[in-house]
Amino acid sequence: MNEEFLNTLGSIVGTATPLVIASLGETITERAGVVNLSLDGSLALAAVLGFAAAWTAQDAGVLDVPVQIALGIGVAMLVGALIALLVGFSSIKLRRDQVAVGFVLTLLAAELARFLGADFTRIPGPQITRFNIPLLEHAPILGPVFFQQNPLVYFSYLLMFGIWFWLFRTSGGLTLRAIGERPEAAYARGAAVQRLRYWYTFLGGALVGLAGAAYSLNVKPGWSSPPAMQGDGWIALAIVIFGGWHPFRVVLGAYLFAALRAVSSHIQTNGLFIFGQEINFPFVLLNALPWLLMIITLLIVSGGLTERLLQYMPRAVQHRLRAFLRSDPPKALGTRFDME
Amino acid sequence: MKPPRAIAIRIAFLLLPIAISLAIGAALVIAVGRDPLEVVDALWKGAFKDSRKIGGVVNFWIPLTLVSIGLVVTFRAGLWNIGVEGQMMMGALFASWGAQYIPLGESLAPLLHLILIALAALGGMFWGAVVGLLKIRLGVNEIFGGVALNALVNVISIYLISGPWQPRIGGSAQGTEPFPPPALLPEFSTRFPTNIFMIALVFAAFFIVMFMLNATRWGLNLKAVGANTRSALLLGVATERTSLSAFLVCGALAGIAGSYRVLFTFDNLRPLASGGIGFLGLLVVLLLSIRLLWAPLVAFAFAAILTGSTRLQIALQLDSSLAGVLQGMLVLFVILFHGVQEVFFPQTLDGSDPSPSPSSTHQRGELPPPRESLPHRDGGDLEGV
Repeated sequence: MNEEFLNTLGSIVGTATPLVIASLGETITERAGVVNLSLDGSLALAAVLGFAAAWTAQDAGVLDVPVQIALGIGVAMLVGALIALLVGFSSIKLRRDQVAVGFVLTLLAAELARFLGADFTRIPGPQITRFNIPLLEHAPILGPVFFQQNPLVYFSYLLMFGIWFWLFRTSGGLTLRAIGERPEAAYARGAAVQRLRYWYTFLGGALVGLAGAAYSLNVKPGWSSPPAMQGDGWIALAIVIFGGWHPFRVVLGAYLFAALRAVSSHIQTNGLFIFGQEINFPFVLLNALPWLLMIITLLIVSGGLTERLLQYMPRAVQHRLRAFLRSDPPKALGTRFDME
Repeated sequence: MKPPRAIAIRIAFLLLPIAISLAIGAALVIAVGRDPLEVVDALWKGAFKDSRKIGGVVNFWIPLTLVSIGLVVTFRAGLWNIGVEGQMMMGALFASWGAQYIPLGESLAPLLHLILIALAALGGMFWGAVVGLLKIRLGVNEIFGGVALNALVNVISIYLISGPWQPRIGGSAQGTEPFPPPALLPEFSTRFPTNIFMIALVFAAFFIVMFMLNATRWGLNLKAVGANTRSALLLGVATERTSLSAFLVCGALAGIAGSYRVLFTFDNLRPLASGGIGFLGLLVVLLLSIRLLWAPLVAFAFAAILTGSTRLQIALQLDSSLAGVLQGMLVLFVILFHGVQEVFFPQTLDGSDPSPSPSSTHQRGELPPPRESLPHRDGGDLEGV
């Protein structure tokens, strides 16, 4: 296969990684029944504070580069986890609406990121570097696409399989799904619903924070205002729905969005040629594509339209197509669970 | 009579969120090496130093209050109209079209203004209807539909500014040419640069919506749909039409707010002309637990902070986003402390609605008031368990 094409695919996998990690994090949070709507703000705040920590360590010159990076990642994960815990606490303990708190935190974290990031705008800092996996990097096709990446990308693969395994192959995962679907039944069977919800919210938030660091320490190095990842938090939330709260489909969705973006930015810089014929139209309109895709995918997976169209299909394919196209949220998503 | 201790706790819970927000804000300012008192001074002078500055506050207050009134309507129906920012922008686009292409001269300026404002309302209603229909007919969650439509209208506006509507000289993505003078809303005076007609319009919208919400069947239907859509449907409320009407009303008000940004504040169309005012409106309404009565007052306070913050950059080289940080923290802590009070000090809350909400005084017999101040989410079947 064409080498340039494989490199493009590889770069799509690389740039999709923050979206992959953030959506996977939100997936486990929502599987536990909690919506952390604050992603668009938490990503920005985690990114800027992670970058600021790594940059400060570099500037002081006290630590090795890998330690600087690890420090940045740690700070970012802590930021993401704390914001998520705030959503969890306000819902579980204070009985507030998750969507309201999440939305306020979206705005607050974004403004806080702008305020605290003012001194870190457009300066170079430490970056996560590429690390080819020995042997696998030479595999035909798969090598250049998947195994000539940075460690965060490899982590995202492990994360995907790990979450899948946990959700569907362990008793802990069964409990996780239960507290998001039927918390009262899980409670009756002895699950510590509230404590587990805190834990998975914390874990999911930490992953969102990691995704923030993946932007500022790798994909979009540094910090700028407006932030480079603005809007991606919302896209990640939509990907979770598109992915039907299933890790494999979620990752597929993230790659799909990244691919669409790569195509549209390629056209905007190089022009569009079909059969050697240059096609001209206002390329700025291409920026609408990810958002149109977002509406269309939500239309397909959660709208009533698919259901109506399915009625016209032969009975034999109906069931399979429905399972493929539609996705239903965890039944107790966004609701409170009161023990009394 | 309530025991004095309960009253003291209630007052404490009113003041604590403000005090904590200010304390954290001060800590942030100290952390970046500035003096909090200087920040307060800059904010105050930036908002109230002279009548021109106060005019600037009013110019934020007008669109902010309009969207807040609209958002009370959608929240009443249990809908999260995050698309309000895009509805403002679509109103701005429609008004900009009219301002450039409707050939009415100076003598007919008032008529032109009415047409432009009506156009803007139409634009906002259009974009609100898209969110509404996506939600009601096609099952797309209004939060995500709204976010996507906000982004789409921004793409459209950038396309228009850099394409068909670009200035004849030096076309860039900065903005269109200034609109012809008859289209621009006039200033009351150079010392108080704001538009009196729009202020009147805000108050008219406030009283009309207040009346509609509290004294008409429509208002009752909205509340019923917001409290529990399924029961409302069983009671014979046309829930789909009611929800859609909420989006239309909010869209119209947001559209008018958007027109004020382009026909008065900027005098041309710019990218992101709505300037986050729609999102700020959501904060105002969340702060008030969706009560309309105090919206103009809170909107004024928020507008003052926003106007004052423009001075932070000049006077203290401090990023103006501090305003957003303060507003966000205030709303967050108000919500959280309301929870603390409800969970840990329930005896300090009245059995009846403690708020001065007009909604609790009307037609109480017909429908129980919503148990919660914030709308229930879809699938919230466990709420009552």
